[in-house]
Amino acid sequence: MKRRDFLKRVAPMSLLPFAINGQPIRAYGNILGANAEDLVETDNVLVLIQLNGGNDGLNTIVPLDQYSNLSSARPDVILPESKVLKFDGVSATGIHPSMSKIRNMYNDGKVHILQSVGYPNQNYSHFRSTDIWLTGSDSDQVYESGWVGRYLANEWPNYPNGFPNNEMEDPLAIQIGSIVSPVCQGPAVNMGFAISNPTNFYQLLSGNFGSTPDSFAGKELSYIRTVAHQSNEYAKKVKTAAESASNLSNLYPDENRLADQLKIVAQLIAGGLKTRVYVVTLGGFDTHANQVDATEGNETGYHAFLLETVSEAINAFQNDLELLKIDERVTGMTFSEFGRRIISNASTGTDHGAAAPLFMFGSKVKGGITGSNPTIPSSATANSNIEMQTDFRSIYSTILRNWFCLDEATSDSVLLQDFDPLDLLENGCTTTSIGKDKNQKAGDSFITNYPNPFGNSTNIKFYSDGSYVSIEIYNTEGRIVKSLINDVVSKGTHTISFDSSLLPTGTYYCKYQNGFIAQTRSLLKVQ
Amino acid sequence: MATNQTTRTNSGTAKYSGSWGKAEVLHLLRRVQCGVKYEDISYFQTKTMDQAIDEILNVSYTPPSPPINDYNARSLDPIIAAGATWVNDYNGQLNNYRRSSLKKWWMGQIINHDRTIREKMVLFWHNHFATEMRVIGWANFAYTNNALLRLNCLKNFKSLVKDITLDPAMLVYLNGERNTKSAPDENYSRELQELFTLGKGPESKYTENDVQTGAKVLTGWRINKTTGAVYFDDTRHDSTDKTFSSFYNNTTITGQSGANGVNELDDLLNMIFAQTEVSKHIVRKLYRWFVYYEIDNITEINVIAPLATLFRTSNFEIKPVLSALLKSEHFFDVANRGALIKSPIDFTAGLVRQYDIGFQPTTNFVDLYNSWNIFYNSATLQQQSIGDPPSVAGWSAYYQIPQFHELWINSDTLPNRNKITDGLVSYGYNINGFRVKINSLQFAEKFTNVRDPELLIDDLLEYLHTIPVSQDQQDYMRSILLSGQVQNHYWTDAWDDYANDKNNTTKQNIVSVRLIALLKYLMNLSEFQLS
Repeated sequence: MKRRDFLKRVAPMSLLPFAINGQPIRAYGNILGANAEDLVETDNVLVLIQLNGGNDGLNTIVPLDQYSNLSSARPDVILPESKVLKFDGVSATGIHPSMSKIRNMYNDGKVHILQSVGYPNQNYSHFRSTDIWLTGSDSDQVYESGWVGRYLANEWPNYPNGFPNNEMEDPLAIQIGSIVSPVCQGPAVNMGFAISNPTNFYQLLSGNFGSTPDSFAGKELSYIRTVAHQSNEYAKKVKTAAESASNLSNLYPDENRLADQLKIVAQLIAGGLKTRVYVVTLGGFDTHANQVDATEGNETGYHAFLLETVSEAINAFQNDLELLKIDERVTGMTFSEFGRRIISNASTGTDHGAAAPLFMFGSKVKGGITGSNPTIPSSATANSNIEMQTDFRSIYSTILRNWFCLDEATSDSVLLQDFDPLDLLENGCTTTSIGKDKNQKAGDSFITNYPNPFGNSTNIKFYSDGSYVSIEIYNTEGRIVKSLINDVVSKGTHTISFDSSLLPTGTYYCKYQNGFIAQTRSLLKVQ
Repeated sequence: MATNQTTRTNSGTAKYSGSWGKAEVLHLLRRVQCGVKYEDISYFQTKTMDQAIDEILNVSYTPPSPPINDYNARSLDPIIAAGATWVNDYNGQLNNYRRSSLKKWWMGQIINHDRTIREKMVLFWHNHFATEMRVIGWANFAYTNNALLRLNCLKNFKSLVKDITLDPAMLVYLNGERNTKSAPDENYSRELQELFTLGKGPESKYTENDVQTGAKVLTGWRINKTTGAVYFDDTRHDSTDKTFSSFYNNTTITGQSGANGVNELDDLLNMIFAQTEVSKHIVRKLYRWFVYYEIDNITEINVIAPLATLFRTSNFEIKPVLSALLKSEHFFDVANRGALIKSPIDFTAGLVRQYDIGFQPTTNFVDLYNSWNIFYNSATLQQQSIGDPPSVAGWSAYYQIPQFHELWINSDTLPNRNKITDGLVSYGYNINGFRVKINSLQFAEKFTNVRDPELLIDDLLEYLHTIPVSQDQQDYMRSILLSGQVQNHYWTDAWDDYANDKNNTTKQNIVSVRLIALLKYLMNLSEFQLS
């Protein structure tokens, strides 16, 4: 059976998160496991730029056709109309004057603006809304895994066992300054490699891990840090990559917290890392007060500074990618947990809001604007918010389908819901028939099943190191439908049969734990 | 043993009279327990230093309930019912399962230890009088060896040496039971002097002939393998006179025949214990166990020598020496704090105790033993398999110059330490549907400052780390709790939301995701390896 034909038989994949003993786990998985054919290879890279705090979308991309209503709604922060920059061929929409570089990139066809991105039933808490964006859940759902983590776990299901290996030598994802972010959290482990800040990165390169106190404790700390560094295979790969490439652009501004991070990203991509996803962050967007500097003009102030930081950094990064000749492999995306309120508050700031625009950029991005200007009511109140036009998960779907080249069913299983992609990217995917996917097999697999899909039973083959093994089958609602093993199992490979004759057809999840190793496999009963 | 001069400390055994606060209580408990329980800090803070240390040394000698048959489902025991103890049944067929049961049980004793120093001392003597269960074979002997160490852990060292000499596990392990006048076996005589009493210090000058002569004194001991009883077989005993080297002042132990042959052991121990090196050797080992591994000349003069004298004048009673060490200004010297690398057992059992990880009730003993086994296995992966030290010398971290404790940390063991911390703080370990894991919410609730991210981080670092981390790292931890926001109230609001509606899974999740990320980061820092 062809992968595609077979996948069509799968019921709609609106998989709910589920819980085991109150501990939610997430469904994920390539339904075909190691039997997939007609797979697509990609070396495309995604750079996620997280703007922490909730970026004021209305002062970023300005609906000029709503300017009058906008100025009555937010008199204390409104940008002077004359200062707003225009895009070529667009009259009704402008951009903050601090973002001239982004405006130029748009004019060059390297930026796509998505208007009013968000999700239904906006949550106004930073924490909760950040989690929603990073995990890709609905407003009323709780996922503990991140959308990138699920994507990477689908691609490399054996990670971290037996990694790095010849098939994948490098970190799957690198997060700079955002270990906090659950975006790379997979169903069992975090799939990301963290660099806590640019200083940490340069320490890694120099082998100097910060000062230690002049004491016995300091002596031991220094010893442990050295071992920690030596035992970190990924740190070595990152170091090697950084040493084999240099930034070529001279546009990187000094004292720019975002540029400092993107500079590292460009260097690592150029240095040959096969890392798929980079996550960088810039904080400070929670502009409840002093968003603008009224004395100097509303186009100045802290928000202007932040937007300039973003614009200058992205511009330099794109320039660097082009000079390094890796620009066709890299696309970037900004996002923030929410936009801000339409009306301004009494402290020359804005409070938490709803939908907001975001930028996608890169040489393979189709320039343009998706969506129309938001409508600003003539008498906006504290309850007035920007309505969502584009669900953020449609953008994730676009990236998964058209940038990371997943088929529809797999993309849906990563997002745990069905979202159609948007027309944002030139097709970066070429199908190759390479037989069994090497990513699926990379690393050490401790559990497999055959056949899959199956009818009334399938054989589950697993390894035990001689200690306790737990193998349990869950349905998509998170209920245990069968506990296959919960016991000490002698060392070696064992096979047990999973009798599914009494179970309805559909997807099941087989969760395996042996000692300090956990793996999850998707099983599909078809008849 | 070069020491950085600036870290030098001249403090000695004078009684510590400095401040007695949370920092001192934490330092003391980290060293005398296998992981500090949060509640014990305030408990000991209400006492004086003297009261605290006296209580810590006041160990109970009541034996805990012994290990049980947890293996029936895998190998049916014809005599001992599931859940009943096997320690008095000599069935050689089940030794594998029973040794495994014993190791899990032992890990359980450590995990559940009381406020006293007992388990740390049992482990100390296990490392000192090292025996390997896999060599001993008999689970019963391994158990009685453990019970012996437990019962004598803070009593008299000289008596303990005698008891260990006649302990069935040791008689098997170092071939004492096969030491006969016709074929003397020098194994035990050698280790008795080289490892158990005199050590290999520069003043320990016994000769090869002393080893051979000592072996003759020790001939004749046997074990009844169906009861475990040790008895003296005078027909195997060498009853000739034994003369030792000038190191022992050419002492002659008069050979005794018949049942009186047993008396020669006391003569031998009296002769060995007359050497001051015995007291110094043991005090140095205690020092390395409780303080730090480097002993330079000043420490030798200021700490080792006076404690060794005390050890001798108190007739080798263990408690006075430990009391003097723990109450000394040297022990509380800031230069000596935070410098001990946690042993694997300290590290793994410590996780349970620090985070108060919950287990199954004892009625569910099979699952409970399997849960204890998680920690036994993790310590084994970190190269400390309780009950099976690598050799009679114990674990090399306690004797191998110059690295000592640093030997616990290498590019294989350190990732294994991170594996169990990552595992416990995130998904935990599934034992028959029961999840052994860190409950980040319950843990955080213990901290009165939990609503304030900065104070919470300070408190967590004070509790879980021994030395301060950089401002950079503190800022980073704060950004974890705040998801990159700058205003502390966002954490406070999230915590209050949860605290006012504790059963709401969304609200639980908002705070637990951030706590888990914070704890994971904090435990992955190198500072977490120090005690």
